[in-house]
Amino acid sequence: MLLAVLLPFIIAIFIPLLSRWKHNLHTGFFVTAVPVVIFIYFIRFIGQGFEPVEREYSWIPSLDMNILLYLDGLSLLFVLLISGIGSLVAFYSIYYLHKSEQLGHFYVYFLLFMGSMLGVVLSDNVFVLYTFWEFTSLSSFLLIGFWNHREGSRYGALKSMLITVFGGLSLLGGLVYLSVITGTSSIQEIMSQRELVLNHEFFPLILGLILLGAFTKSAQFPFHIWLPDAMEAPTPVSAYLHSATMVKAGIFLVARFFPMLSVSEWFFIIVSTVGIFTLCWGSYMAVRQTDLKAILAFSTISQLGMIMAMLGFGTELAIFAAAFHILNHATFKGSLFMVAGIVDHETGSRDIRRLGGLMTFLPITATLALVASFSMAGVPLPFLNGFYSKELFFQSVYELDLSVTGIIAFLQSIFPYLAVFGSIFTFVYSMYFFFGTFRGQGRIEKLPKKPHEAPIGMLVSPLLLVVGVIVIGLIPDLINKPFVEHAASAIGGADISKDIYFWHGIKPPFIMSITVVVFGTILFLVRPKWASVYKIVPGILSLNKFYDGLVARTERYSTVITDGYMNGSLGRYMRLILVAIMLVTFSVMIYTGGFTVDTGNLSDIRVHELLIALVMVIAAFGTIVAKNRIAAILILGVVGYGLAMLFVVYRAPDLALTQLIIETVTVGLFLLVFYHLPKLKKTSESPFTKTMNVIISAGFGLLMTMVAISAHSSKLFDSMSSYFVDNSYELGGGDNIVNVILVDFRGLDTLFEIAVLGIAAMAVFSLIRLREKKKEE
Amino acid sequence: MEIVMSILAGILFMTGVYNLLQKQLLRIVIGTALISHGAHLFILTMGELKRGAPPILTDGIEQYTDPLPQALILTSIVISFGVTSLLLVLAYRASKLNGTDNMEQLRGNDYE
Repeated sequence: MLLAVLLPFIIAIFIPLLSRWKHNLHTGFFVTAVPVVIFIYFIRFIGQGFEPVEREYSWIPSLDMNILLYLDGLSLLFVLLISGIGSLVAFYSIYYLHKSEQLGHFYVYFLLFMGSMLGVVLSDNVFVLYTFWEFTSLSSFLLIGFWNHREGSRYGALKSMLITVFGGLSLLGGLVYLSVITGTSSIQEIMSQRELVLNHEFFPLILGLILLGAFTKSAQFPFHIWLPDAMEAPTPVSAYLHSATMVKAGIFLVARFFPMLSVSEWFFIIVSTVGIFTLCWGSYMAVRQTDLKAILAFSTISQLGMIMAMLGFGTELAIFAAAFHILNHATFKGSLFMVAGIVDHETGSRDIRRLGGLMTFLPITATLALVASFSMAGVPLPFLNGFYSKELFFQSVYELDLSVTGIIAFLQSIFPYLAVFGSIFTFVYSMYFFFGTFRGQGRIEKLPKKPHEAPIGMLVSPLLLVVGVIVIGLIPDLINKPFVEHAASAIGGADISKDIYFWHGIKPPFIMSITVVVFGTILFLVRPKWASVYKIVPGILSLNKFYDGLVARTERYSTVITDGYMNGSLGRYMRLILVAIMLVTFSVMIYTGGFTVDTGNLSDIRVHELLIALVMVIAAFGTIVAKNRIAAILILGVVGYGLAMLFVVYRAPDLALTQLIIETVTVGLFLLVFYHLPKLKKTSESPFTKTMNVIISAGFGLLMTMVAISAHSSKLFDSMSSYFVDNSYELGGGDNIVNVILVDFRGLDTLFEIAVLGIAAMAVFSLIRLREKKKEE
Repeated sequence: MEIVMSILAGILFMTGVYNLLQKQLLRIVIGTALISHGAHLFILTMGELKRGAPPILTDGIEQYTDPLPQALILTSIVISFGVTSLLLVLAYRASKLNGTDNMEQLRGNDYE
């Protein structure tokens, strides 16, 4: 099973080699073999006596991160969708993409996506699941931006990336919480400890984070806005990713965690409300679109909302209907996208306002579109699978338990109306899609290309899908017991068994279906009369504007903030650093009561020391007030010599010597340099900056004094210097303890101090030499 | 005396920081020199002042001043000398090259 997941990745490595021969044989032929093999491998699991299969492969055992693969009914449903539709799409793309395209890139991304999607649905380890989850976002990003010379492709790719990665990171948060709470990273084991999770105080957070991940990936309101823009991708990609597989990853996630999350009543409230609302909004917006793929994009959003809503209802019937509709939607939506691709390919336009009357030119395509779009609309005909799942949807929404009270009861009472409302619009856009493209008065002569029927290779894939629609429609039992039931049982965590009938008798679900058809037909016929409504409603609720504004504002405000403090002035950075140091140190000192004065252990104050200190203070202030460069330098020298005097007084002969010499040399250096520096000018600073400087420097001086005093007042243990005094002669062989420390006990310091001096000397030398070289040039 | 020396070190830091916040390069170098003086005094004060003889072994003396801070300061003096001299040459080069020693005018091209 691991090989099945890794096969696309392995083949992807060889694609660049294979695509070298693309002028002899289209790369797509090699690629098509991959999903076919995977499909054949997994199809043998179908059957009444299916039992979950589990495999474990070691990855990072020390972190409890192993590649756990778990194939139950739900995974099997998705695996077969991914590999089955993957084969058809790969085959379709052979005829769709010309050999002059960058086929190598396309198929690498394609295989990358397929492998990661298989990984998502088969993983039982939450972290492996997340890894593959982000891989699907990444490969989807690459595929949407496949024609990267187009502005729209890049915009769409970026948008989908931002939104799905935002959701992916939320999901990671939820998964980390789950694995920390339960102490395991296996989904099966997490589910077996669901009581622990449900009673945990962080459960609402976990629910929110996981649902955020699912809603962004599955394009639920209000995160649906990336999907219509993802239609910039090549049509095979739209058919595969944005109708059948990736957008169902969120559905898969909700279904996977269903037994745990659905216990909470918030799960019902959030998921079913978001789902129903997405259903209505998507189908309402789909009627407004003029681009074939945009219609299908909003249709996908709406159908995903319907599946999400059924998962939210959580009754056995609803779960069964959801599993069934996942399959049905993949069949008819995949074929519709391929039909849209054929129309685009053969006429050069996807704009429904320019199309029309193509029935006679594209008879096979039109037939395929007819069956698929009628199935999408849920027209009550016995050979359309869409009708069955829609009927089950109506039944499940109608049979919601009305015995509860409060907000849930309110939601349950309005859901049937919303479901019918959304389905009416579904009907309208399905009819619009078919009749707008293939019937009516076309202006064939104005199309970029003269339309003619598509090559047979292009028709094979949608044909097979439409055959699927009809077969499922005619004999639902063929896939019910061996397949759909296992998926539904895996979602619900218990055995779920339902029969699929065409004719229920005249019951509420049937009446709802008829209502949809009747009102849908009326609305479709009078569509031009009410189409102006769209000028009002989406204009106000434009989420794209909100998104664009958010992105633009984020960029603008972060620039404003960065420019606000990073203005290139070193003085300002210095002030910020000093203020930060003071804030932290002062507040820690105050908070911990760190400032103490202990006068018990002080040496006596003598007059000559005070005098030296006084001279130094005056000199230190003198450096500030000095207007003259030489004066400032000499006054600085006074401070240095004063310090040397203090060293004498405090019995540090070596220090005094060094300080004297170095102060002399430094003053000499200053005097050498000052001649070349511009004259000290009067500072032209604003009074505010001046005051700030005074406050900051005074505060910093005060801080250091306080730190010094309190450090001196709270000595915790004796100095270790007695060791040096005792052993200086015995071990070091010298009388001068300071020198013995420098070259013997702590000789390494001295070594690197020599290195510092050496480097400084070399730097000084090269700075001056560099200038001379420049002069020579 | 330690308290007086702490205050003196604080004042050296204060004047050093004030110089550091000025615009002219020379003042900034003076500021760093003052701060290193302050730091050396600070370290010396952290040892105990005047408890015993200079740390050179002499017969008959038991009590010496703490030799370890002195060794640390000695290292520090040399290093700060190296840094100061490099800074001076840098300041000299920068003002030669740019024709100004005003820090507010010495910014990247983005700000011109």
